[in-house]
This record gives sequence, C-alpha cells and structure tokens, in this order.
Amino acid sequence: MSQPIIELRRVTKSFGPVSVLKGVDLTVTSGRVTALVGDNGAGKSTLIKGLAGVQPYDTGEILVDGEEHPLRTPREAASLGIEVVYQDLALCDNLDIVQNMFLGREETSVGTFDEGRMEREASDTLRSLSVRTVKSVRQKVSSLSGGQRQTVAIARAVLKKARVVILDEPTAALGVAQTEQVLNLVRRLADQGVAVVLISHNLADVFAVADDIAVLYLGQMVAQVSTAETTRDDVVGYITGTKVPPGVQLVGTSTIPVGGDA
Amino acid sequence: MSTTSRTAAAPDPVASDLIGSGVEGGVGDQVSAWLQRVRGGDMGALPAVGGLVVLAILFGVLSPYFLTAVNFANLMNQAASLVVLGMALVFVLLLGEIDLSAGVTGGVAMASFVVLNIKFDIPWPLALAAGFAVGLATGALIGFLVARVGIPSFVVTLGLFLGYQGLALLIIGAGGLYPIQAPELIALQNGRLPVWGGWVMLAVIVGISGAMSFWDRRRRTRAGVPNRPILLVWVKLVVIALLGGVAVLILSVNRSQSVVPVEGVPIIVPIVLAILWIGTFVLDRTKFGRYVYAIGGNAEAARRSGIKVRWIKWWCFVIASGLAVVAGLFAQTRIGSVDGAAGRDIVLSGVAAAVVGGVSLFGGRGRLMHAAIGALVIAVITNGLGLLKMGAGVNLVVTGGVLILAATVDALSRLRGGGIRS
Repeated sequence: MSQPIIELRRVTKSFGPVSVLKGVDLTVTSGRVTALVGDNGAGKSTLIKGLAGVQPYDTGEILVDGEEHPLRTPREAASLGIEVVYQDLALCDNLDIVQNMFLGREETSVGTFDEGRMEREASDTLRSLSVRTVKSVRQKVSSLSGGQRQTVAIARAVLKKARVVILDEPTAALGVAQTEQVLNLVRRLADQGVAVVLISHNLADVFAVADDIAVLYLGQMVAQVSTAETTRDDVVGYITGTKVPPGVQLVGTSTIPVGGDA
Repeated sequence: MSTTSRTAAAPDPVASDLIGSGVEGGVGDQVSAWLQRVRGGDMGALPAVGGLVVLAILFGVLSPYFLTAVNFANLMNQAASLVVLGMALVFVLLLGEIDLSAGVTGGVAMASFVVLNIKFDIPWPLALAAGFAVGLATGALIGFLVARVGIPSFVVTLGLFLGYQGLALLIIGAGGLYPIQAPELIALQNGRLPVWGGWVMLAVIVGISGAMSFWDRRRRTRAGVPNRPILLVWVKLVVIALLGGVAVLILSVNRSQSVVPVEGVPIIVPIVLAILWIGTFVLDRTKFGRYVYAIGGNAEAARRSGIKVRWIKWWCFVIASGLAVVAGLFAQTRIGSVDGAAGRDIVLSGVAAAVVGGVSLFGGRGRLMHAAIGALVIAVITNGLGLLKMGAGVNLVVTGGVLILAATVDALSRLRGGGIRS
C-alpha cells in the first residue's frame, strides 16, 4: 500500500444551525478506489465539495502529500491534481467536447486559443481511456447521451494528469451496459495510479470496483475499511446506523443541536 | 485496455481507435455535416439572411428607389446605430441576461456630452470622454446590481430604462435640444472614404480573413490534427471579395443629384466592421469570450471550473453599456442634435435585432455577426416601409411580428437542439 495522497483530519462544516460534517477523517490513496457511501443527508456531497474547493470546510486539517493546504478555491484543488465529476456532470450543453474538457484551463498561444493543440490532447485522453462511443470531439455536448456525457466528464477530470478523481454517483442515471463501461473506466483510472473516490448508493457497484469503503453516517465517518475485510451486511448496518464498528461512538442522531450549546 | 470492447454500449461500426474531430473528409462531407447541423436546429443567422434577401427583393419590386446607390448608402448610415446596439446586447444575451436600458444609456451619455460641449464649452473630445465615462459607469452599476447584489437584470435595467429617460430630460431640460457641432463627429455619419479607400478596406478585410484562416491551419497542422479542405478557405475568401466588391462598387458610384459628386463608402462602414471584428475576436478566441458562452450554457459548471462568473458578468454589462454609447453616438450624429428623448425608441429594437439575427434569449448561443444581420433586417424594414410611405404604425407592427417570429424560431430550434434538458 502506497502513501496516502489526501488525509482529512476532523473536518467540519455547518450551514447555519445544521452541522453537516462533525469532524470527519478520510484517507485517499493512489492506485486505489475508495468508495464513499452513506444515506441521503449523511454529508457525502458536502465532504467532496470541500475537497473540490467549491465549498471550503469550516475547521479541520487537509493534508495533501503530507502538507497542509486550505483548499479554498476550485483552482487550488485543481492545481493539486484533485478533480471532481459531479452527479449533474457540470458540462455546458452549448459547448463542444473539447471546449468542455478544457473549460477554465484553455491552452493559448499568443493570447488566443490553440484549438489544434486542445483538440489533440482531448482526443488523446479519450483514446487513453479506450473510449469508442464518441464519434467526434467537436460534437456539441447537447447531442450526447447520458453515458457519453459521463465519459466526457470523466475524461475532463483526467485530462490534466489528475492524481485524485472524485466521482459523484457516476452510474446513477445509466443503463446496465453503460454502468459496466463506466465501472471499467473507474478501474482503469485506479490501475493507472490515480486515486479514485467513488460516491455511490449502489452497493453492487461498490463491491465490484472499490478497494476501500468509507461510510458516513449523519456527518460522522463511522468506518473506513478494506472491501476484502468487510461484508455487505456490515456496510448496510453502518449506513443505516443499526451497526457500529467496535470502538466508534456515534455523536448524536440529529444534525440539529437541540440544546443551546452547539 | 481491452476490457471495454465487450461492453461498448453503442459500438462504433468502424471500431477504430480514432476519434474524429468533425473536420475530416472532403468538401462534400463538410457540406452534409453542415446540413445536418441546420436540420438539428443549429440554424444561426440562416433565417435572418433569408429574410434579408426576401425583403430586399420585395422592396426592390415595390419601390423603384429601394435598390438605388443612394438608398444603399443611406441604409448603411441608418443601420449603423442599430447594428452596434445589437452587438452590445449580444454580450449580455449570451449570459442569459438582458439590458433594456442600453438605448437610454446611450441617450444619457450623449445628453451629458452635448450639454458639456455646448452649454459649458468643454472641448468635444473631453466632453465625449465624459459621455463614455457616464456609459461605462452605468454598465458598472448594472453589473454590480446584477452580479453582486443578485437582482434580475430585467428588473435592474427596466428601472434604469425608466429612470434614465427622466435623467436625459433633466440634463437637457424640458423641450430642449442641443446641436452636435464638432465637425469630426458629424463626419462619422456624413463622411465618406475616397473611392480608392473603399477598395483598400476590402483588400484589408480579405487579407486579414485569409491570414487568420491560414494561421489557424498552421497551428492545427503543428498539433497534428486534420484541417478542413483548403478549398473551403478559398471559397470563403472569394465570397467575401465578391459580395464586398459589389457593395464597394455600388457605393463608389456618384450618387449625387447636384454638381458636387457624392461617392465612396460611408466612413461609418469600416468603423462598424472594426467593432464587429474586434468583438468577434474576443468572443471566439480569448478566454473571456469562451467563459461568456460557458456561463450562458451552464453558470454552475462555469463556476465549478474556476471561472469568476460574477467578474465576467460585470464586464459584459460594462462592455454592453460602452457599445451602447457608441450606438447612441452614431444615432445622434446622424440626426445632428440631441434632445431629451434620445435613445428612447431604439432600446427594444436592439434586443429585437439580436434575436432576429439568431442570438438566443436563453443564453449561450449567438454571435456578433448574427446581431449585425438582424439589425440590417430591421433597418431594411424601416427603410423599405418608409420608401413605400407607410407610417410608423405599420413599421412597428411589422417589426414586432418579425421579432415574435424570430423568438419562435429560437425556441423551436432550442427544443430540436436538445436544450430542453437543461
């Protein structure tokens, strides 16, 4: 097992009186797929938005390669090689595949776009992921299917040699064949040495592709275990709060503090 | 890497590792790809160009004056202001925002300029700079209220539309009217290039267009990606040269009815073309322009890509207001004076020009050229109906009808283009 790329230590996040993350630890390692599971409202999205720099945490430490980084902007996260593929994909329908893949980090020469170079790199990236469902990199995203959009979103994430790719429910809207295709893509990313964080509700997917499973329960990280050392029943128990791993104390079943002392 | 082949959801019949870029293939492939895009709802300025041709034929048949050199030159002068105002609005329409106050912003800026120049005897360049400062400050204010405070641009600019009409009246004084006296400014709408100047202008246009095409090709070749057939570049250059040549030829004819010859391309034409070229360059080839389109397509995606959405929006309103002042300048120098109602009647025509030309009201789609063509359509309607001695009533009804027609085309092509998903 290699060095962890990212270590979160006791990160918290509150929205007004609602504390969504109550001191969460997470370790992400290169070459491994870490599945992040938890019920709706457990704080999965909030956790990754913090990693992406979109919505910084309130307190806690973020160690990237052992050094502390505040991760306050998407740019900072991107410069550290952290990329997120959101559930709603965050693609611009009116732009083509190349333009979407390079959005926010266009290649320029003499102050203007070097379209040739961007087109080259985009198709090289798609080819390295063995993508064959996309006919032309100059297609507008509005003309693509759900699976193709997911492919473009993942390709966008790995375009600039990402070291950590976070996938939010990548298979939620896909059919059987396309799901397997995306899971293959996920596995291939990890095999190329990328640290993958996979958020999913689908435990079949999780057990099929993940090396580690991290379970969030109401803003608390109740377990981070290796897939080989756990069972489906245990994970379901952790997610629903009916089971707690030995040595873990649940800090409260309501995300809204009842008393005046938050 | 071989694992995907068994699960390919939509296997490519060719099953090659090559992903196309849409520029491969001969001229025939390019034409059929273009036809496919048009059928898919990506029509751009095509309906407007068609409308322009139909209108030109219609008015040409109905009025003996429409297709004369003098009317053609007139049309250029009449349309200039609306073309620039339409282009100004493209910058905000692309964001999915609107600026209803662009016309009156130009009006207030011109009122400030003319009062400073005539009443307070401030030299015209300084007074004009002050006018532009008023316009840019207005854009900054709109941008602040929309992008920072978060008020819908419709409300902000509707408020300004009302308030600025009053402000123009207050600056000018009720019933007042000031002449524009600086000969350099009057020349904007009265001046003409020498006949040879028109040909030089055309040569420069063809030269720049060709140079950019070949530069792009060289960069693509260097990156190792295919180019479109070179024949298409030559076709484009020949079409520009031919259409431009005919226009310059007509404008080079002496169109005077008296002894003093009146000939040459109106000076406003190269000025408007320069604005068009610079604006298009910014929108197509710079990060700022790309981000404007991205925000119009999906503002949240743009934000997550690290784009400073509020900053870009703010700048777009400033640019729009700045160009609105240019439009106001062109409108008022044609009349030769500024009164308290300056810019009031042109506001919605600016939006109409952009939409008629194929700029989407929903954001993210459209080009400056589209707004320019749309403005020409509206200018031709006004000009042609005027020649036919139709009143302002008919003109407004027809223009309104064309606008609704264009908005319908926009909405329908959006459905066909799959935009319903967002």
